[in-house]
Amino acid sequence: MKALVAGLLGQVVDSSVVLWGQTIMYTAYCLAIVSVVGWFAWKITTPTDHESRVTPKVFYVWVGFLTVLGVSLHLVTYNTIPWVKDDLHGASAHYTESYDITVGNHEWQLPAERIQVPCGELVRFSVTSTDLTYGFGLFRADNSMVAQMQVVPGHANNLLWTFEANGTYSIRSTEYSGPAGAQMVAPDAVQVTGCDTTDDAAAGGTR
Amino acid sequence: MSTFTDTLMHGNEHAFKPQTLTPMQKLVLKYVVFGLVYYGFAAIEGMLMRINAVDPQDLLYPKRYFAMLTAHPLVGIFGSTYLLVFGAFTFLVPYLMKKPLWSFKLARWTLWLIVVGVFTFWLDGFLTHYAPLYTLYWPLPADFQQFEPVAGALFITGIALVMVGTLFFVVNVFKTITYTPEGWSKQPAGRLLGDALGVTTLKRFVTGKLHKDAEQEHLVSLPVAAIARGTVDVLFNVGIILFTGVLILVYMVAEIFGASLKSSSVDALLYKNWFWWGLDLVADGLVLVFVAGTWYLLAQLITGREVFMARWARFALGLELVVSWTVWSHHLLSDQAQPAALKMGSGEFVTAFELITQGLAFFITLVTLWKARPLAMSNELKFLLGGLLGFALAVPAGIMQADVGLNRILHNTQWVVGPHVHVAILVGLTMTLYSAIYLLLPILTNGAKLWSQKLATFHFWAHLVGGIGMGAFMGMAGLHGMLRRTIYYDGEYFWYMVLAAVSGALLLLALGAFLLNIVMTLGVNGAVGLFRRSELPPSVLVPGVDLAVEPEPATGSAG
Repeated sequence: MKALVAGLLGQVVDSSVVLWGQTIMYTAYCLAIVSVVGWFAWKITTPTDHESRVTPKVFYVWVGFLTVLGVSLHLVTYNTIPWVKDDLHGASAHYTESYDITVGNHEWQLPAERIQVPCGELVRFSVTSTDLTYGFGLFRADNSMVAQMQVVPGHANNLLWTFEANGTYSIRSTEYSGPAGAQMVAPDAVQVTGCDTTDDAAAGGTR
Repeated sequence: MSTFTDTLMHGNEHAFKPQTLTPMQKLVLKYVVFGLVYYGFAAIEGMLMRINAVDPQDLLYPKRYFAMLTAHPLVGIFGSTYLLVFGAFTFLVPYLMKKPLWSFKLARWTLWLIVVGVFTFWLDGFLTHYAPLYTLYWPLPADFQQFEPVAGALFITGIALVMVGTLFFVVNVFKTITYTPEGWSKQPAGRLLGDALGVTTLKRFVTGKLHKDAEQEHLVSLPVAAIARGTVDVLFNVGIILFTGVLILVYMVAEIFGASLKSSSVDALLYKNWFWWGLDLVADGLVLVFVAGTWYLLAQLITGREVFMARWARFALGLELVVSWTVWSHHLLSDQAQPAALKMGSGEFVTAFELITQGLAFFITLVTLWKARPLAMSNELKFLLGGLLGFALAVPAGIMQADVGLNRILHNTQWVVGPHVHVAILVGLTMTLYSAIYLLLPILTNGAKLWSQKLATFHFWAHLVGGIGMGAFMGMAGLHGMLRRTIYYDGEYFWYMVLAAVSGALLLLALGAFLLNIVMTLGVNGAVGLFRRSELPPSVLVPGVDLAVEPEPATGSAG
């Protein structure tokens, strides 16, 4: 909740803030649409003397509303979620550190036992698969996800990220690679330091 | 004999008399029976996996769990949904076109090929634990360190049987729309096909005459147009899956004969694009198009009125078809090598059109019902409303995950498979299908009387609450980082999974109530009677309606 308030006050936005925002918006939408359909079911089964006043004009307004809604979501996220621009303009992004990670035979090969990452800097995780398709996910100690990407063999898989608080994170494969890959976890593999604040959910590592 | 036993054996009030059924009625009811049996398979598997998500069971050790996870969606989609949808459309296309099905024999082949095909891959998965999941990300299906090539070959053979049966369905639909039955005056095949595929509507849109478009001028009714357009996606999907199946089979056969092929010969990202393009023709194509068409038909039949803004409904169906060919990239938003133009163009903005097309279908259906008020709250109406609500919940959830920013933290989590996939399929699609079943039941059974309205009401509420509840709790776990396709051993998401399992149990109870109601309505003897041959010709749709007789020339429009 603290992170949500920070986000609403225009402070640094990280993935937990975005998730909170999404939770609130989607829950409000669900409650609204369930209420509307419930009200509609009651109204259409209630006797009435009124003629329907739904005209084609209402239909065209609805089309316009849907169009604005569909497009605006992406425009809003493009301008408010910090990692979107890094993602889409990855080739020209200036990162301060790059960490080369290899994954194959359902095992992680990390550049160090614990990767040290500077806080508040754009860094790159460059992951290469030698055999199957895997996923590369960073997780907090409370199991919530910081970010993830797919790791496709034969291609460059680079995740650009800026950590906004100190913390210790685990790496977990987020893609199914057969029963042998069901538990591909590298606990406490990434440590972020250098910020004034600490990510409460990631403090202290594995829980 | 007690009343209960008597009803169980002979059906409610002995009203169902299988000997009066036409061959078409019997065939369609068989589609429904097998569709429900496979729905039961998927529901039981789903429940077992829900229990495993609460507390991993020894019985569901990883290899078995993932084999079940591989079979579960395929049994649900091909075994249940395809059979229910194909069965309903095999009846409705002749009914709405007012002419006999082009080939009754082919429709029978479709049924049995799908029934046998689904059982083949399900049994293979059960016995051999072949488990590359339905996504089949290359080179996993050809990873012979984890899977036996013979097991994979059998699995692919089962899928191929389903696809051949599906191809027969496609041929039957288009031939039925366009052919000239024996003894009839020549039918305008080209114009019929053009109208079914939306060429007529597109011409009027381009020439600015769409506002003058009247339903009566169309050769093909709106629901048949929806069926035809959804069937185009079915055809493309068959092509993609068969091609992919052959590719995988080449690797398997080579391995069986001791010649290992290099898996790196196939580009994994290209394969992923190709596969999702084909798979999305099901998820974002035929499902949405078929569902919209079914909503329109149900609204028409429930209200006895023409669909509101029917010309725009036709236009939206055409738009949805084009959208379905171009949306696949939303599955690759987390693939960093995927070009940004595809991510934003196909993945985000074209996908957002689904909000528009499905939103239009939602609105048009609601207004059609609204204009006919007051309506009686029949079973078909309440399930239709449930279906509408399901998609109203699931489509926005999908649009959210089809966003570059949000996908970074939602991809492959339980959010995707909960509020989006399961709510769309279980609440949106399945409740729409239940609506059609309740509506068609008296027509297909020559007036069988539903045994218990109380059970039908319980079926509705348990399914609705169970479906939405399960999706919601899976979604909450997903927002807290719970992945799909993963086993958690330390109770990380225990309470979410307990609540999701309780919701899943409600779904299972709903199915039990529905099946009991149907068995008591038809009776065991009645169900057995479905498999006895009818002496009537297949052109007789229902008793007294022989479609082989050409309608009067004045009734040029169908439906």
